[in-house]
Amino acid sequence: MSARNEFWRGAAQVSPTLLGVAPFGLIAGALIAKLGLSTGAGVFWTAVLSVGVFAGTAHITTVELLAVGAPMAVIVFTGLVINLRMLMYSAALAPYFSDVSLPRRAGVSYLLTDQAFAFSVVRFARPPGEELPVAHRLAYYLGVSVPVWLVWQVTTVCGALVGGGIPVWLPLDFAIPLTFLALLVPSLVDRPTILAGVVSAAVATAGAGLPSSLGIPTGAVAGVLAGVVASRRPGRGARRSGDAGGHATTGRARP
Amino acid sequence: MTTTARLLIACGAIALGTFVIRASFLLFAHRMVELPPAVRETLRMIPPAVFAALVVPVLLRRDGRIDLLDARLFAGVLAGVVAWYTRNLLATICVGLAAVLVLQWVPFLR
Repeated sequence: MSARNEFWRGAAQVSPTLLGVAPFGLIAGALIAKLGLSTGAGVFWTAVLSVGVFAGTAHITTVELLAVGAPMAVIVFTGLVINLRMLMYSAALAPYFSDVSLPRRAGVSYLLTDQAFAFSVVRFARPPGEELPVAHRLAYYLGVSVPVWLVWQVTTVCGALVGGGIPVWLPLDFAIPLTFLALLVPSLVDRPTILAGVVSAAVATAGAGLPSSLGIPTGAVAGVLAGVVASRRPGRGARRSGDAGGHATTGRARP
Repeated sequence: MTTTARLLIACGAIALGTFVIRASFLLFAHRMVELPPAVRETLRMIPPAVFAALVVPVLLRRDGRIDLLDARLFAGVLAGVVAWYTRNLLATICVGLAAVLVLQWVPFLR
């Protein structure tokens, strides 16, 4: 079953990042202690966040803001701003799942993470006529997303149970930027993408003091614009598109 | 408002909003099958831009000011170099975690 092979291929490729997701989850889960709830309530609400929101940076920021008594509007707004990047992921992946049934696309949407996006756009980008069949795409996508979901649920609940028991000398929170770094470097393949990264980094760093983490989407948008402008100048070291982005589906495989 | 009420509102609103964000194009604009090259190029810039915005500020500005003598920054640069030359995710994450573990004990690094 070749589709099943795709699932395991995805799982194998995403597995190194789980080494970063696990500490990330422990940290996120342990943060619930700041709200002063009973252990049972802490575990419950951590699970609600892990299942419902299923997004690490937003999870952490939401709990932190709740703990300091920020206004509800700020908490909700900030959480959504942090997750705005998923809008871009949705846009990039939508063409690859256009022939898939609505319930399945809803499932794909729910499971969307940074890792699922990063690996899928690389795996699915094939020259016209050589696209992966839809069943394979779904299988691969599940392979790169389900393990992350599982590890996240388990580690956040464990973190909530352990709470303050995590040793302070263990800099687990470094796993968070490390996870994103591991996804960033392979995406820097030519001059436009490198420029996109540099501009985004500069703008986001300059805007790090902005409220509600607005520096992140601002930097990202600036970076995308810079990269697009750079890639319009031929002979500037740009790898021509055809490496990523949408291709017509053949429509020959049913969902 | 009680803590529970605030948790309920926050979780509910952010969970719903995040699903809408994730589902936006996948559920509603999926029929845009043929993408013009300009759009494809734009989409191609998303991974480097988004991930850079998520990593670099955290490494450079931890407490509101740029601080270059930071164990995490050094470890991050080291991990980045490993990522660049080996293209190996496992090595990147292992080196990064090991580096920050060791470097945090160096006196002049925070």
